[in-house]
Amino acid sequence: MKILVPLKRVADPDNANKVKVNAGKLVTTGLEWKPNPFDEYAVETALRLTENGTATKTRQGEVVVVTFGPKDSETTLRAMLGTGADRAIRVDTGDDQIDGDVVARALKALVEKEKPDLVLCGKQAVDGDSGQVGQQLAEYLGWPQATFAGSIESEGDKALLVGREVDGGTIKLRVELPAVVSVDLRIVAPKSVKSVHTPATHAYPEGVRFAALMAIMAAKKKPLAEVKLADLTSDAAPKIQYLDYELPPARKAGVKVKDVTELVTRLKTEAKVV
Amino acid sequence: MASPYREEHEQFRKTVRTFAQKELAPFVDEWEKSECFPNEVFKRAGELGLFSAHYKEEQGGIGGDYWFSVAKGEELPHCRSAGVSMGLLVQGDMATPVIGDLGTKEQIEEFLKPALKGEKIAALGVTEPNAGSDVAGIQTWARKDGDDYIINGAKTYITNGTRSDFVTLLVKTSPEQGAHGCSFFLVPSSTKGFIVAKKLKKVGNWASDTAELAFDEMRVPKRYLLGEENMGFMYLMQNFQTERLIAATSCCAGLQLAIDEAIAFGRDRKAFGKPIIKREYWQHKFVELLTKLEAGRALSYKAAEAYNDDKHVNNGQVSMETVKLISMAKVFVGELSSEIIDQCMQFHGGAGYMEEYPIARAFRDQRLLRIGGGTTETMRYYLAKLMGL
Ligand SMILES: Cc1cc2nc3c(=O)[nH]c(=O)nc-3n(C[C@H](O)[C@H](O)[C@H](O)COP(=O)(O)OP(=O)(O)OC[C@H]3O[C@@H](n4cnc5c(N)ncnc54)[C@H](O)[C@@H]3O)c2cc1C
Repeated sequence: MKILVPLKRVADPDNANKVKVNAGKLVTTGLEWKPNPFDEYAVETALRLTENGTATKTRQGEVVVVTFGPKDSETTLRAMLGTGADRAIRVDTGDDQIDGDVVARALKALVEKEKPDLVLCGKQAVDGDSGQVGQQLAEYLGWPQATFAGSIESEGDKALLVGREVDGGTIKLRVELPAVVSVDLRIVAPKSVKSVHTPATHAYPEGVRFAALMAIMAAKKKPLAEVKLADLTSDAAPKIQYLDYELPPARKAGVKVKDVTELVTRLKTEAKVV
Repeated sequence: MASPYREEHEQFRKTVRTFAQKELAPFVDEWEKSECFPNEVFKRAGELGLFSAHYKEEQGGIGGDYWFSVAKGEELPHCRSAGVSMGLLVQGDMATPVIGDLGTKEQIEEFLKPALKGEKIAALGVTEPNAGSDVAGIQTWARKDGDDYIINGAKTYITNGTRSDFVTLLVKTSPEQGAHGCSFFLVPSSTKGFIVAKKLKKVGNWASDTAELAFDEMRVPKRYLLGEENMGFMYLMQNFQTERLIAATSCCAGLQLAIDEAIAFGRDRKAFGKPIIKREYWQHKFVELLTKLEAGRALSYKAAEAYNDDKHVNNGQVSMETVKLISMAKVFVGELSSEIIDQCMQFHGGAGYMEEYPIARAFRDQRLLRIGGGTTETMRYYLAKLMGL
């Protein structure tokens, strides 16, 4: 199976340097980047689908990772090549002159060129939280889609049985390949992904894998291609325009109340929530 | 100083941290109790490249510079057991660098390559019951017998010693020649006459096993002699600088963790109406400790840069200037660690004396830094000589 995984770098929320706003513009200097966690789960899922979990050195298929960003976003791609992806593509853009729709249209062109059996993406990026690319891409391609996958079972690499958690249970959808699937956190639980190559009893370690130093060094030699955005879509103008940025107001300090009576009074008169 | 770290150092750093947090930390309480972490940890660490980063490719290494090792040393403390860190550092940075520098092709195949993969566990055998700081006073004797050597004697405080597959062993080949009569051998622990005499009980670093070894008419073939006969003392001074350097750099990272945790504790803990960290007394104390730690890290990095230049850029010997810097860093950081950990414990009050807080373990573990790998006093003694005082 050939799988394409689009991924995005996001500002590391654990870093002391936070996004700043200056005159209505985002300031990203000094930020540390990391792969969007849900995209990392998608890469992990792609690796699990294309390997025998008991012998992960050989890949039974191909995993191609793609990102949209400036030159230094290649760090994110190489990190994924280190954990096992075969090939990487960087679509040359800035970090902020694109929106989900541009990405989806460019990906459509890329998918038509690469012809993967499956596009796996994270359910959303943790910076903008838009959660649109997967769904839009499926629509543009006219492919079946399953979203927020918590489990995936490959049926002979012809179709996937995709589980998604809903209130009170799990729904399972069968999608025929090629398809677009977006993944949620639970997909990286030890037994969430069942590939045709791995014994059913196999349990992965919880979470995403990390790269041995040998693989990190070998990743530097794996193919990493650069593509111009204009070569993928003639219309690269974002549909969403950001007019202004503003930081959320800092949280005000709380107040201490004497007793429940005062609490209820204040909730009524000041907070006006009861 | 510009950052010595490139993208692949940072990725490796992340790997070591994840390994320490996910595959070591959850189990260290158990290993501290059983006073030994499992052999498989060496294997896994080897798979991830923890031992081999700074060795040449033809030796089974990755061919990286020394900053890989520094990054590793800085991340290992995330496992929260200095014993586990030490056992792993002995494997790649203490018992084996000398094989990389001097080993024959056969010795590299038989000892170094499997050690870097974590398949053979390595120990360093220098200290003896009657000679520690004064290394030239060792008494373990290798007497020549045809093409072989017969070794008799004892070693003590040997890290990884209860389960090592081989020991990088310092012995006397010419007892009458003092420092100029020492030689290194690589000795498989399966050799007849190799005896693990005792597993030692320690103040701290519980998860690391420490042994007393005895050698009784142990026959070792000449091919296990490392480098030239009677050059052992010189090799020791040259090739064991990494031991002190990695101890200093790794320790700084551990101290940072301890301070961060203490401060977090002090934000929650209230006394006399406000969090204890809001007391000027402690604020100034932590400012001072953090300043000293910054100085310790800067000195260690300067030493690491000098070492990396000598060994990995110029591919030569460790210069006396570098030895000086490394010795200074080892002493400075070693002494500092006692001060910092002591104050962090004080800041915890009674909680710090309880096992449920990591500071308790750190308190007993840190004490080793002023003793192991050369005591503070011995380091100063050599520094005074080196500086011609
Ligand atoms: C947990 C642990 C693990 C260890 N692991 C290993 C290992 O794997 N391999 C190995 O070979 N060794 C190992 N050691 C041994 C360690 O390197 C020695 O303990 C150390 O070098 C000190 O030697 P000593 O214990 O014989 O002390 P001594 O040399 O007997 O020193 C006693 C005291 O005399 C002082 N002193 C000595 N010389 C002078 C001087 N010239 N001026 C002033 N004061 C002086 C010392 O500073 C010290 O305070 C380990 C030790 C410990 C505690």
